Amino acid sequence: MRDLKVTPIKNGTVIDHIPSGMALKLLKVLGITEAVSSTVSILVHVPSKRKGWKDIVKVEDRELNPRELNKIALLAPEATINIIRNYNVAEKHTVTLPERAVGILRCGNPNCITNSREPVESVFLVTGKEPLRLRCQYCERELEDVATQVL
Amino acid sequence: MGGFTGRDVLSIADFSRKDIESILKAAKKMVPVARGERTSRALEGKILATLFFEPSTRTRLGFESAMKRLGGDAIGFSSAEGTSVQKGETLADTVRMVESFSDVIVVRHPQEGAARLAAEFTDKPVINAGDGAGQHPTQTLLDLYTIWDERNGIDGTKIALVGDLKYGRTVHSLTHALCDFDVDLTFVAPAGLQMPKEVVEHVRARGIPLAMTEDLAGVVPNLDVLYVTRIQKERFPDPQEYAKVAGSYRVDTALLRDARKGLIVLHPLPRVDEIATEVDGTPHARYFEQAFNGVPVRMALLSLILEGSS
Repeated sequence: MRDLKVTPIKNGTVIDHIPSGMALKLLKVLGITEAVSSTVSILVHVPSKRKGWKDIVKVEDRELNPRELNKIALLAPEATINIIRNYNVAEKHTVTLPERAVGILRCGNPNCITNSREPVESVFLVTGKEPLRLRCQYCERELEDVATQVL
Repeated sequence: MGGFTGRDVLSIADFSRKDIESILKAAKKMVPVARGERTSRALEGKILATLFFEPSTRTRLGFESAMKRLGGDAIGFSSAEGTSVQKGETLADTVRMVESFSDVIVVRHPQEGAARLAAEFTDKPVINAGDGAGQHPTQTLLDLYTIWDERNGIDGTKIALVGDLKYGRTVHSLTHALCDFDVDLTFVAPAGLQMPKEVVEHVRARGIPLAMTEDLAGVVPNLDVLYVTRIQKERFPDPQEYAKVAGSYRVDTALLRDARKGLIVLHPLPRVDEIATEVDGTPHARYFEQAFNGVPVRMALLSLILEGSS
């Protein structure tokens, strides 16, 4: 048997099938920073049967809620979420793209009003799913390179 | 969307064909009042606020004239200079303040999305009078009105849009709106300034016949409407290249020699030299009427929004 590089977690959330290279951005979107009180394991560039390579994130002692799951969908549309309780997969979810992404992404248009000091959150409308297309509700521009625009 | 009372006018895309036609018909009825041949007190006691964070004299005066022709009044500022904006006030705060002074708010702002943001901070209707490179829906409505009025309708019209189609916001919005009608479109632009891909995709998705060319002279004989826009010098690093391109898109009487008798030439103005002044006296020229049409169109909008009728 192969040695596990990262051991199973007792309680928490495992996010699998993250596109290779996106794990750190995903943590940023979820607001999981060094300030968390539990252990976070990140596996980068793991062989995947489906896609060649993938990333995996394991967050101990934290169960992600649906709003957080939808945030993940923008960066990792094929991600699967396993809620672990006492070493068992208690719940398994796939992510679904939200119709709107609020306060997650920065508009790529530097002249968009949401990039000034106004008291508003950015709002993007999901206009296409494959490939992912997002349009700023304010300046109506399409967002390019979603991964680099994570707030 | 049905009723107009209290509605924001932020983007032409928010308006259906039926909405647009209601506005055009209402505008037609406003013409005698807009010309000063009849008087109206329909909006007496109402106040329009014009918040112009960048100057646009024609648009601002057009709105103020429209409001005053209907017996209403107008307040506002014509540039950010000397206002609290310079002290660092946000647009959101400016709008919340002005809300209590007026019944309808017109916003012109150098940043895209500003009018939509403004609308979120007030219950009063907001009209977008241009947000950066974004939308300018009343310009589009007056363009549509001019075509509709001159041709007794928009369906069946062959329209060419000429000039800087890449960066010109008026042509993007106009194209969007024309796609709700049964028209035939031609985009005429020099290489590098052709219509953006998203706009072309939208036209094709709507099944509108579309041709794209660099050759203006070749398309003129088959047109009903020639919509001319300025090619800006700053788009060209080489002034000689600019002079060459600008010259080949200049509309003059020689170019119009083989045009249909009923061809109308439109331009959002101001023009520089893309339409020769010799065209002004021909039966084709309609750009000054088009500019005037901004008044009845804005009167119609104000009256629909504030009164729910015209």
